[in-house]
Amino acid sequence: MSILIKNGRVVDPANKIDAVNIQAQAATIIDAAGKIVASGIIDIHVHLREPGREDKETVASATAAAAKGGVTTVLAMPNTHPAMDCEDNIKLLQGIIKKSALVNVLICGTLTKERLGQELSDIAALKKVGALAISDDGCSVDSDTLMLEAFKKAKQAGLLTVCHCEDKKLSGKGVMNLGFNSTRLGLRGISNESEYKRVSRDIELAAKCGAPVHIAHVSCRESVDIIAAAKKRGVKVTCETAPHYFALTDEDIVDYDTNMKINPPLRAKQDVAAIKAGLKNMVIDAIASDHAPHTENEKDIEFDRAEFGKIGLESGLAISIMELIEKKILSWQELVNVLAVNPAKILGIDKGTLSVGAQADLIVIDAGKEFILEKKSIVSKSKNSPFIGRRLKGLVEYTIYNGKVIYQG
Amino acid sequence: MLWTRKDLLGLEYLTPDELQLILDTAESFKEVSTREIKKVPALRGKTAVNLFYEPSTRTRVSFEVAAKRLSADVINIATETSSVRKGETLIDTGKNIQALKADIIIMRHNCSGAANILARSLDISVVNAGDGWHEHPTQALLDIFTLKEKLGKISGLNVAIVGDIAHSRVARSNIWGLTKLGAQVTLCAPEMLIPPGIEITGAKISNNIDEVLKNADAVNVLRMQFERDEGAAFPEQLDYFKKFGITEERLAKAKKDIVVMHPGPINRGIEMSSGVADGKNSVILEQVTNGIAVRMAVLFLVSQAKEAKG
Repeated sequence: MSILIKNGRVVDPANKIDAVNIQAQAATIIDAAGKIVASGIIDIHVHLREPGREDKETVASATAAAAKGGVTTVLAMPNTHPAMDCEDNIKLLQGIIKKSALVNVLICGTLTKERLGQELSDIAALKKVGALAISDDGCSVDSDTLMLEAFKKAKQAGLLTVCHCEDKKLSGKGVMNLGFNSTRLGLRGISNESEYKRVSRDIELAAKCGAPVHIAHVSCRESVDIIAAAKKRGVKVTCETAPHYFALTDEDIVDYDTNMKINPPLRAKQDVAAIKAGLKNMVIDAIASDHAPHTENEKDIEFDRAEFGKIGLESGLAISIMELIEKKILSWQELVNVLAVNPAKILGIDKGTLSVGAQADLIVIDAGKEFILEKKSIVSKSKNSPFIGRRLKGLVEYTIYNGKVIYQG
Repeated sequence: MLWTRKDLLGLEYLTPDELQLILDTAESFKEVSTREIKKVPALRGKTAVNLFYEPSTRTRVSFEVAAKRLSADVINIATETSSVRKGETLIDTGKNIQALKADIIIMRHNCSGAANILARSLDISVVNAGDGWHEHPTQALLDIFTLKEKLGKISGLNVAIVGDIAHSRVARSNIWGLTKLGAQVTLCAPEMLIPPGIEITGAKISNNIDEVLKNADAVNVLRMQFERDEGAAFPEQLDYFKKFGITEERLAKAKKDIVVMHPGPINRGIEMSSGVADGKNSVILEQVTNGIAVRMAVLFLVSQAKEAKG
C-alpha cells in the first residue's frame, strides 16, 4: 500500500530538506497542511519490562505507547527478569518482539552477568545473536579493571557500550537532588558528583582502548562539561539526555510527588540551563525518554520507598517541542537531529532520514495542538508521569512504521 | 482571622498570621490544665487517632492528653500491634481509619513527607507529629510558645539552634516558624551536620558555640543521635561535647537570662551538662507543659476548619 502525505512541512536534516512537499500518486492520502512531517523518533533508552514485570509494561503496551508518541524505533534496556545477559534470554525477548511489537525494537545486552558487575557477559555472543549495544543500565560497574575489560571486549565485538554513570558509594540512599530542596523536604540528597565522577571515569577507560562509549541520561552541568572536553580531544563519546532533565527541576517536587522521583534525579536550574546549552551546541547528541514504567503500588507510597523512574514515550515529543522549539533553543532541524538522526548514527542503523528508498518510518506532527495530559488517556500500562494534569503542546497525528499507519491521533 | 486548613503538616506552609492564631489559641487553652477538672467539651464526640510508625512516648502522650482535655476520644495505634506490619500501605491504613469515622489522624512516621501524602489522600484532618527529617510542627510551636511566654515576644530575638541540624525535623520546623515571626535564627553545628542551602531560609550558620551564645536570647539544643546510620559523616561523641556541649562555663559568658530549651529526651553530658539541664535558665519541663496547650490548639483548629468547610 502506498501513502501520500501532502502539503506538510518536511523536516529532514539528513537530506538538508525543510520544505513543503512534493506530489506523487498514492492509495492513501494524508493532508498534512500546516503540519510537520519528519522521521519517526528513535528512542535509545526504553524499559519494556518484559520479560519479567509484565504488570508494569509489556512489549505490546510499550510499543503502542511508542506509536502514540511518534516513536518508531526503541532500544530496549536489558534490566529485565531475566536480564539480557545471554543468547537464550535475548532469543526469548526476540520471540516476544516478533509476536507483539508494533514498532522496531532493538535490544541492548548486559555488560555483566545478571548486571551484578562481577563477571562479564559473553559480549561476542550477545553481538552474534543481535544485540545492538551493551549496558548494565541502572547500575555502573564499580571495578575499573572489569570496566576496561568490558570496553575492550565490546570494541572487539563491534558493540557500543552504554554507561549508566552513578557511583553508588556517593549517591547512597539518596532519593532526590542534593541541595536546598532536599534540605527543605528532609530527603536524602544525591550529589552531581555521584554522576559526573563516573562519567569522567568511563570516558577515560573507553578512550584508553579506543572503544566508543555512550553516556546515558546526562542530568548535570559537570557531566556536560566533561563530555564536551572529551569530544574536543577526539574521544569517541556520545550522550543522551531525557526530556525531564530540561523540563523539570528539583523545585518541582513540591509535595512529595513520587512520579518526580527519578534516577539520576531532577537537578537544579543551573543544570537544566547546561543541558539546554548542551543540546544547542551539540555536546548532547540525543534525547531519549528513559521510559521507566512502575505500578501504582510502587509509586503511591512514601517518597523514600517509591521506585525511581517515570514513563516518557508518550510525552517526550510534546515536552521537547515546548521546552526546545517554543523557547527557541533548537530549530526543527536541530530537534529532528537529536530525536532521530543522531540516535540512528549512535546505534549505527540506517534510519532517521526521509531519503528516497529508505524504510518509511515517519510521523506527522501538529506542533501547535494543545492538550491536557490525562491519566486515563495514557496508553502505557503504567501511569507514572510527572506531567499528568499539565497542559502540553505538540501532538502526533500519524505514526507510520515501515510504510503502514500504526497510529492515528 | 479564620483557620481554613484541615491539616497541620509543617510550619513552612503557614503564614505569620496562622502561626499567631495557633499561639493565641494555645494561650487560651493553657488555663484548662490548671483547673480542678482539666477538661473542656470543645471536641466532645470527635475521635482522634494516634498513628505512630516510630516509637515515641512524649509526643504521643502529649497529644493524647491534649485530645482528652478537649473531650475527644483517643485511639492509639502503634506499628507493632497493627496491620501495617502485614504490608498494608500508608494510604490504605489511612482510608481504613477514615472509614471508622475518625476525625483526626495524628501521625508520626520515619519517612519525610508521609504526612503530606496521607493528608492529600484523605478528607479527614492529618496532624504531623514528626515525619523523617522534614518537620515536627507542634514541637516548634511549643518551643516558640514557651519562648514568647518567657521573653514576651519573638520578633527581634536571636535564637540559636545547636546540634544535628541536618537530620532534625525539630530544627527545620523551628527555623520556619521563628523566621516567619521575625526572629533571627543562628544554626550552630559541625559543618557535616549543616544541610545544604539552609541559609536560604534566612538562618545564619556558625561553628563557634561561644560566639553564638554571646548574642543569643535563647538556645534550643537538639538531641544528638549518635546511633544514626549515616556512615562516617558523624562526629565523635566526646569531641562533640567539648566543641558544642552546653555547659555552665559556657552559659556563664552568655546573656544572664538566656532561655535554654531542649525537645527531649536529653542525653545528659552529650548535648548539655546536667547542671544546665536542671539550672535556672532551663525551661525544659515548661516546654512539656506548654506542649499540651499548643496541641490542644492545633487539634481544635484543624477540626474547626473541617466544620467551616462543610
